[in-house]
Amino acid sequence: MNSDIVKLQDVNISFSGKQVVKNVSFNLHKDCITTLIGPNGAGKTTLVKIVLGLIKPDSGTVWRRPEMMVGYVPQKLHIDSTFPLTVRRFLQISRSISSEAIAQAVASVNIENLLDNSIHGLSGGEMQRVLLSRALLRDPQLLVLDEPVQGVDINGQIELYQLIADIRKARGCSVLMISHDLHLVMSATDHVICMNQHICCSGHPEKITNDPSYIEMFGAASAKTMALYAHHHNHDHNLHGDVLPANEAEHQHTQECNH
Amino acid sequence: MFYDFLLFALLGGVGVAIVSGPLGAFVVWRRMSYFGDSLAHSALLGVSIGIFLEINLNIAIIVCCLILAVALVAMQKQHFIATDTLLGIMAHSSLSLGLVTISFIEDARIDLMAFLFGDLLAILPEDLIWIGAGGVLVLILLYYYWPQMISMTINEELAQVEGVNVTKMRLLLMLMIALVIAVAMKIVGVLLITSLLIIPAASARPLSDSPEKMALLASGLGVAAVVLGLLASFEFDTPAGPSVVVAAMLIFISIYLWPFKRHAT
Repeated sequence: MNSDIVKLQDVNISFSGKQVVKNVSFNLHKDCITTLIGPNGAGKTTLVKIVLGLIKPDSGTVWRRPEMMVGYVPQKLHIDSTFPLTVRRFLQISRSISSEAIAQAVASVNIENLLDNSIHGLSGGEMQRVLLSRALLRDPQLLVLDEPVQGVDINGQIELYQLIADIRKARGCSVLMISHDLHLVMSATDHVICMNQHICCSGHPEKITNDPSYIEMFGAASAKTMALYAHHHNHDHNLHGDVLPANEAEHQHTQECNH
Repeated sequence: MFYDFLLFALLGGVGVAIVSGPLGAFVVWRRMSYFGDSLAHSALLGVSIGIFLEINLNIAIIVCCLILAVALVAMQKQHFIATDTLLGIMAHSSLSLGLVTISFIEDARIDLMAFLFGDLLAILPEDLIWIGAGGVLVLILLYYYWPQMISMTINEELAQVEGVNVTKMRLLLMLMIALVIAVAMKIVGVLLITSLLIIPAASARPLSDSPEKMALLASGLGVAAVVLGLLASFEFDTPAGPSVVVAAMLIFISIYLWPFKRHAT
């Protein structure tokens, strides 16, 4: 498929004898939002770092489209307070970036008013937007976000997910993000990969919530909460209102994205 | 009226202070002051090896510092011992090794105090060439790699994703610090060299709203400390290195006590 921009094949990695990522294979496509979910310690961040090329897997192959621009929003960015830095200077990644480009990038995430603030006094949500605008300045074909809404209040979370969806729509880039916020993320994603060391299930968000391995991992309660937010129900309920597991063949396809 | 040796010391000191500004800023930002200390201690090993093998001392010091910097980068790859422990081992082992080596040299007429605390009279025109050449090299490298080094200092992973070769930058920074320590040793001495890196940079911090400003300001404050210290050393016949450090300390204290700080970020 020529719309693939990243291909992972049978990727394995362990740290100090503990296997963190087990036989993981998936592809990322153009113009598609892929969300990685899973419990703490499931290897999500490790997998993202493998995709970014920050960590080399023990075995398996990682292919990235050559010359691909990647924008990365890390989980948490700690900048030492001994480092004097304004938002504007933080966005000035290289000497070649013009002030117009910076103005455009901050406008797209609504932080024009923060440009001359110190980076050390920003709130969690403001910092995420600043990081997002830095990633956008590179005009990325792949945007990777590691828990982009961490430390952001619930309204801010909805706004940020909407912003990410808008950015993808406007730029046609691929988005890979890690999330804990299962119900919020469902409406803003095309493809969900549910992992716990290995990939438990993957597919369209509404199908995932009905998958037995998903329900086992996050509990039926959480799956039902999800159903409240998934507006296009395509699963079945039995007479008691319980969610019926979707069958295996249905949720394994990978054609949700428009390419 | 000026004496030649005072002029040489001033020129050398000002040259060292100028390059120490931006490098010292990196030492402060990246919390590398213990690293600077370790390299400085190993410089003494360079001195004794240089005397022992009868080679040029400047070359011996530079080579010794560079080898230790590379060894440290290599040893940081293992995870059994933390970096500060590693640095402690390296600093004191190389200092002791240097002192032991010196004691083996027969008829050694070495003024150990001059190497430990700096000596105004020790700066020769030849040293000025070393300081000048080393300083210009470091400034060129700093200018060329500045955006990448700043990126790496903000966040190494982000920098790596954005295409910065972090390992290379880290090594380059260590090598530049090693070079400056090697050429600055004669003026402030092994034991005080780190202070010339960190005190001006720390003094510049509350006055700065950008990394560039902090680096330049650190150079300026370093030059002021060197000039004040060396003149005082000449005037009152105090040891050169400690006089410079005392001057830097006074600047540091007055800036932190000064009530009208400009807006810093």
